[in-house]
Amino acid sequence: MIYDIEYETMPREALESIQLRRLQATVSRVYATVPHYRKKFDQAGLKPGDIQRMEDLQRLPFTIKQDLRDNYPFGMFAVPMDNVVRIHASSGTTGKPTVVGYTSRDINTWAELMARALSAGGATRGDIIHNAYGYGLFTGGLGVHYGAEKLGASVIPVSGGNTKRQVVIMRDFAPTILTATPSYSLHLAEAAEDMGVSFKDLSFKFGIFGAEPWSENMRKEIEEKLNLSAVDIYGLSEVLGPGVSIECHEAKNGLHIAEDHFIAEIIDPVTEEVLPYGETGELVLTSVTKEAFPVIRYRTRDITSLNPEPCVCGRTMVRMDKISGRTDDMLIIRGVNVFPSQIESVLMEIDGVEPHYQMEVDRKDNLDTVTVRVEVSQQMFSDEVKELQRFEQRIENDIKELLGISVDVKLAEPKSIARSEGKAARVIDKRKI
Amino acid sequence: MQAEQISIFLENKAGRLSEVTGILWQNQVNIRALAVADTTDFGVLRLIVDDNAKAEQVLKNAGFTVRKTKVVAVEVADQPGGLHSILEMLYKAGINVEYMYAFVRQSGDNAVMIFRFDQPDQAIDVLSQNGVTIVEGARLYTM
Repeated sequence: MIYDIEYETMPREALESIQLRRLQATVSRVYATVPHYRKKFDQAGLKPGDIQRMEDLQRLPFTIKQDLRDNYPFGMFAVPMDNVVRIHASSGTTGKPTVVGYTSRDINTWAELMARALSAGGATRGDIIHNAYGYGLFTGGLGVHYGAEKLGASVIPVSGGNTKRQVVIMRDFAPTILTATPSYSLHLAEAAEDMGVSFKDLSFKFGIFGAEPWSENMRKEIEEKLNLSAVDIYGLSEVLGPGVSIECHEAKNGLHIAEDHFIAEIIDPVTEEVLPYGETGELVLTSVTKEAFPVIRYRTRDITSLNPEPCVCGRTMVRMDKISGRTDDMLIIRGVNVFPSQIESVLMEIDGVEPHYQMEVDRKDNLDTVTVRVEVSQQMFSDEVKELQRFEQRIENDIKELLGISVDVKLAEPKSIARSEGKAARVIDKRKI
Repeated sequence: MQAEQISIFLENKAGRLSEVTGILWQNQVNIRALAVADTTDFGVLRLIVDDNAKAEQVLKNAGFTVRKTKVVAVEVADQPGGLHSILEMLYKAGINVEYMYAFVRQSGDNAVMIFRFDQPDQAIDVLSQNGVTIVEGARLYTM
């Protein structure tokens, strides 16, 4: 069901005129109220009045995470603290946390967008939503909660953790919608199995999963193990929290961005050049309705592409592809931008290959070399050396075809590659530049 | 008529082979024949042992990738031309040898060779029709 039929199915032309009007208002306001933006605009020789048409957006300077840290904690707020009714913050695992604020109207906008998102994911006012996102400084729990109430559904604010109790609640309260991180949903499935509870006997119809990147293969696994239809939700606290974009359960093919509130661009993360629809690069978001914490051309560091094609669900909002990686992980190999996740997606396409791999990048005679170690699975193992070499060759060819770079694939013994999800385990860059 | 062989994937790293032999020793599995095929970065160790099920299990438990393959053990006259005559029979019948290696023990006066064929059943037919003795698995493992 489409929650906000007027905005979500608005013709592109009308949408773009609303975007421009709202962008102009936002730019004027941040110039007047946020010293950081005033300084940046002045340095670029820009006045708010220079934003005359949508293309002028590209003249505005980018905002990066470091800008938010430099203005810790409330320096980027565009309203007096009197008007701020809520504060959230990121975990700050890699430095100072980033702090964001919301006015009463922001909270309402966020609830509207989450109601849209939950509807797109299959929820209606008759549903019971088991909300296993964490409640607290993290935006996930409260974001879903307010959206669920706005929609009129019943929400169980179970939050994260205490998994056994969650299984009991799932069995006894018969919730029909699950909201959680994809990894926690699989953890729930395991815990239920250990307790002798089968998801086949539970009442779930849809699951709305996000807050971390997950693959199509993981979707298959979740849908199978949890016996529900799973969609992806995207958001980040710097821009809003969950609800920036959402997959519709009809297509499950890209996440509709709430474009009446956020303008999306894709840029080449190195040259910062804006890329056309369809090309893969870094997602840049500008908020055009936020009051307390607007962001201008915020570099999300998430890698995706935009698809403007009409969707079977009827929404006209542009779709972003599932996040395929982070610019932090990007490698430049012989001038080509390569993401470890792209190597992973090649491996996932090949039968019998486990997605356990490690890239080693080195430089020999001024040329970058890439070795990809791939673990041999029981399924692909052959007693014939030439079969194994054919396998290596096939992976090399597929990578060459997709990424345009030549790599050397080396088969490795099972479990010989560290299982951590971190960057260090996936990529070893030995180049000394 | 076919015999079972255990194949193990090994990276070319110091000590990997001795790890396999150590595990087999600890579990009292006796190696009857062995061959290694290798490339610059990995190798495949092929073993004929006296207890396939146990060998497969203990190696898998130790984290190795293990596979059982059907091979054919053939008695070869231990004299000049012995192997040649067998290969010629196979060649004339259009059967390919994927690889082969020698067994440690003799069977009477004959040597024993282990063959991996692309068409094992046809190979066994051709060899049997030409009077060549195929050593069955049960006998091979305890020879």
